[in-house]
Amino acid sequence: MENVVPYKIQIISIIGALLFMFFIFRLITKGKLREEYSIVWIICTLILILFSVWRNGLDIIAKFLGIYYAPALVFLAAIFAIIIFLVHLSVVNSKQQRQIKDLAQNIALLKDKLENKRND
Amino acid sequence: MKIAVIIPCYNEEACVAEVFNEISNIKIPNCYIQPVFINDCSKDNTLVLLQSYNALVLDLPVNLGIGGAVQTGFKYALLNNFDIAIQLDGDGQHPSDQIINLIQPILTNEADIVIGSRFLLKEGFQSTFTRRLGINYFKFLNKFLIKKTITDNTSGFRAINYKALKEVCNYYPDEYPEPEAIILFSLNNLRIKEIPVIMRERIGGQSSISSFKSIYYMVKVSLAIIFIYLRLKLNGKRSAV
Repeated sequence: MENVVPYKIQIISIIGALLFMFFIFRLITKGKLREEYSIVWIICTLILILFSVWRNGLDIIAKFLGIYYAPALVFLAAIFAIIIFLVHLSVVNSKQQRQIKDLAQNIALLKDKLENKRND
Repeated sequence: MKIAVIIPCYNEEACVAEVFNEISNIKIPNCYIQPVFINDCSKDNTLVLLQSYNALVLDLPVNLGIGGAVQTGFKYALLNNFDIAIQLDGDGQHPSDQIINLIQPILTNEADIVIGSRFLLKEGFQSTFTRRLGINYFKFLNKFLIKKTITDNTSGFRAINYKALKEVCNYYPDEYPEPEAIILFSLNNLRIKEIPVIMRERIGGQSSISSFKSIYYMVKVSLAIIFIYLRLKLNGKRSAV
């Protein structure tokens, strides 16, 4: 089971993962990404780096789980993670929608109050 | 008795004047009636028109949809200690001269929520055939869940008392709130009563439900009804949020 992953792709994936990590960090430092949403991306990148370095890891885990074709495990894990994250985003979205509604209603009520004050 | 008449408006410039005049002319003994217009980001002159009459307008900075707009009015009514809130559509469909009948069961403490139904007497504008199909569907769905027949679940012509007001300020659906609110009221042990009203065909404006959206409407409201039922049942009838 040596050399399942060629060196070339190993180097590319390590560089890719590091670049991605750098990109995430830059977004955080620029204030464009909140820390709580960055955690999931940092974990994903760490997993990516782990399997880029640990060449046989994928095969060992695939074998352990009884998956014949190791790359299928990558797709399975990735799709699963994406779906979970999308659900998380929908939850965040719903929460924000509720907050926006509350804010809008309060603005309307305050505008009316302000108007009354001015007329007094 | 302080009564707030809540009128959500979205592009209703054609009929707000008439609605405003009608409500201003209602006289009920021992009752103070305050029309509360909610301008849900109308693109026409609704806001300017209402302001020119010195009407009370709550102007929403973003479009919230009918439910969010009506809830703004409910919140206003609760904050300003109104005893009764009446919901009335801005399109002139709802007969404001029947407000006195609508609040009667609340005044006599017979009910917490009074719904004006088109179908109790089957008089006046009865809506189109396909709409009635949908209305019947909600009648059976809600009957199945709350074991009580409401003939006009989609009617937005309603009066609610202070007890119900607190509930709707806490939670009220954003889109197409009427059928869902009935489940909400019922599971919070509020008494619902229907009275017959004669509705008119809308004077102007557009229904919030076009035929194009009706499938979405049915699915969305069905889901909302089922989920609010489950949520309130599972939470031991605590209020939803």
